[in-house]
Amino acid sequence: MSHHILEIDHLRHVYPDGTEALREVTFSVCHGESVAVIGANGAGKSTLLAHLNGHLLPHSGEVRIGHAPVDRSNLHEARRTVGMVFHDPDDQLFMPTVYEDVAFGPMNLGLTGVELQNCVAAALRRVDAEHLAGKAPYNLSAGEKRRVAIATVLSMSPDILVMDEPTNGLDPYARRQLIGLLKDFHHSKIVTSHDLDMVLEVCERTVVLSQGVVRADGPTLEIFRDEALLRECRLEKPLSMQGCPVCGK
Amino acid sequence: MASVHGALLDLKRLDQLAAGDTAVHRLDPRAKVLATLVFIVCVVSFGRYELSALIPFFIFPVCLIAAGRLPAGYLAAKVALVAPFAIAVGICNPLFDRTVLVHLGTLDITGGWLSFASIVVRTALTVAAALTLTALTGFTSICRALVRLGMPKAFAMQLLFLYRYLFVLAEEGGRASRARELRSFGRKGSGLASYASLLGHLLLRTWQRAERMHMAMLARGYTGTFPAAQVGRFGAREVAFVLFWSALFIILRLYNGAELLGTLVTGYLP
Amino acid sequence: MHMADALLSPTVGAAMWAVSAGGVALGSARLCRERDDRLAPLMGVLGGFLFAAQMINFSIPGTGSSGHLTGGLLLAILLGPSAAFLTVASVLMIQAFFFADGGLLALGCNIFNLGMIPALLVYPLCYRRLIGSAPGRRREVAVTMFSALLAMQLGALCVVLETAASGISALPLDKFLLLMQPIHLVIGLVEGAVTLAVVSFLRKARPELLTRGSAPGAVPGRVVLASFLVCAVLVAGGLSRFASENPDGLEWSVAKVAGATSLSEHRTGLGGFLAALQKKTARFPEYQAVPAAVPGSASASATTAPQASTVAGKGSAVAGIVGTVVTVLLVTGAAFVLRRSNRAAVAPEA
Repeated sequence: MSHHILEIDHLRHVYPDGTEALREVTFSVCHGESVAVIGANGAGKSTLLAHLNGHLLPHSGEVRIGHAPVDRSNLHEARRTVGMVFHDPDDQLFMPTVYEDVAFGPMNLGLTGVELQNCVAAALRRVDAEHLAGKAPYNLSAGEKRRVAIATVLSMSPDILVMDEPTNGLDPYARRQLIGLLKDFHHSKIVTSHDLDMVLEVCERTVVLSQGVVRADGPTLEIFRDEALLRECRLEKPLSMQGCPVCGK
Repeated sequence: MASVHGALLDLKRLDQLAAGDTAVHRLDPRAKVLATLVFIVCVVSFGRYELSALIPFFIFPVCLIAAGRLPAGYLAAKVALVAPFAIAVGICNPLFDRTVLVHLGTLDITGGWLSFASIVVRTALTVAAALTLTALTGFTSICRALVRLGMPKAFAMQLLFLYRYLFVLAEEGGRASRARELRSFGRKGSGLASYASLLGHLLLRTWQRAERMHMAMLARGYTGTFPAAQVGRFGAREVAFVLFWSALFIILRLYNGAELLGTLVTGYLP
Repeated sequence: MHMADALLSPTVGAAMWAVSAGGVALGSARLCRERDDRLAPLMGVLGGFLFAAQMINFSIPGTGSSGHLTGGLLLAILLGPSAAFLTVASVLMIQAFFFADGGLLALGCNIFNLGMIPALLVYPLCYRRLIGSAPGRRREVAVTMFSALLAMQLGALCVVLETAASGISALPLDKFLLLMQPIHLVIGLVEGAVTLAVVSFLRKARPELLTRGSAPGAVPGRVVLASFLVCAVLVAGGLSRFASENPDGLEWSVAKVAGATSLSEHRTGLGGFLAALQKKTARFPEYQAVPAAVPGSASASATTAPQASTVAGKGSAVAGIVGTVVTVLLVTGAAFVLRRSNRAAVAPEA
């Protein structure tokens, strides 16, 4: 028996205006694996992510979570299993305080009382944000918002974490903090990003998406060494793998 | 209204004040809402020529500001800035109402001036009370208090959503408007066409944001209803607070405190 | 134009509160029945949009002044009447609490003037009826401009009537009308032009967004009826006041009608509470020091002030002024003491 937790099988999606965003995407993710999905703007990354928790349904092909295909009948289960951290934390933090926001998911899952409190506290502790519990989302810094957004998802104890450009808009310190955090998680992870240095540190495997198809799928380091492939997909070697700007080594 | 930026600063300032931790901050919001309502109703129920009897009512906002350790100068400045409409209408009173009501030596004071002064004092009182309530309680808590006093849940949800995204959208709108200002020299380019296009784009982005939010909510098990919020406690302190202030307002409404005091003082004078 | 607390009598304020609270209750119930779970976040952010849009200005050519969107009609076109009404009401509420635009008692009036009139009256009864299913460009322009103008004129009229019925301002009804209506003619034109431009923009960019507002069965009949009733009372009240120069009679009659209309609103706590409280405060004796016989707002008859009362007025005026000074001193003193004791109470903890 395979231990694939997430399988994407010949996924195709066409938007109502006729744009074929995903033509043929196939890959799978194992338990505990961290996979980066990279690609140029418009390569289909966001469309792919929207399929993972059933916000979009495929035109053909399948997304399977724990061997069950995602369809209208099991959306709830899929959404609990796949924790989605959105591109803009402001979209995700909609409750008046951080505490209530983190509690929103668990409450919808039926948690109450002490159980709920423990769950929220644990999720906030996990991202070093316990001190932010009483604050309003609009009073947080970008880094804090991002960490709280992750906590709102962790509180539902998902099996897979899906993150859309998690380091976008963070200062170097907040970015470093977030990378440390991500490395600590033992969840299966799917991360999309243009921050390839972060990908290099966090994800051992990378899927390159280009014009709706998977162009490459393999160990991160191997893919980043293939300069021809990267150039062709409108990407670039991570800075940490490029030469020093002063001495050229 | 002032610029987007200034309005946001005001919002944030009041919001931060509400995070204070004094005895009045800790009171159940319902108590503060109720007391403020009684206050406003009592103040506006005075006749149009009433002036001196209104003055003792300042005790309420002043006490709350002092007890809540709010910045009095800041709130006073806000009170002074608002309600231009009331002043604008009130200033007409002296023109139309020339009945002499009070003789002070050789000075005749007309009803118009008296009622204008009364309007100004009323404005100051009601505005000060409203701002103090917000600064002591915070908008979220006021909403919850109103729900428990009978406001429909769907409307409360709307208020909370609005309050959350006010900051995001006002900043977005402020940025767009600044970008337009920087490229429109003088009055050219700040006309209706660019305004409508700016609003249209802002509206589109807003709509897309709503779609993303909806997605985020669904991702976390949203089914169309919001989980109930935690409960506060309407204890003895709250009852005492409401009763004390309501009783005081009603007494001050029935008896002109300032004039009684004045009679007392002038009674001792020759 | 925001109505203000200082110009309102509690009777008018409470009546308008009751109407608006009823509208909010009905609108909320309607939304709950619709069960469109996309609507909640959409209304929230569109409220934020409206708030931002109201603070961005554009210059009106040739006048040197600037205008902005009020938005009731636009939101109704986008969201449908109930959702638009609740959204506008929520924005007004934020403005009342944070910027004291208007005030808490005047909130009822403002929600009625700026929310109910465009979204629940003009939109379903005028705009929707006239625009038809597939309007041409010319028809759309005409209907939008007319609806916006109508909404603004009605709103301004209500401000005037509410002010007049309250009897705090001495501005004669006719002069006030002459002041307000032409100003709002301009504001209405601006509103119509902006609404039209934004709707046209959306039609080009995302035509599918414009389908929501035209959903069938969107006319909330009871709200419309209740609103008209209150409008009628206010009109009648405003006119009778200027006919009879007797504000007390008017206040009484408004209270009577408002009491009757607000019966159904009793479950919406605040409105009912205010109305009930109003009845109690209404029984308080009128203040004695100012002669009760002084004519109200009449301008010509003003010269004949009652002789006897001025003597009494003089003594009480001195007492009033001295008392005011003493009270101000006392209040300031109380604040000082409170702040002191507060600091003393905090100091040991620190």
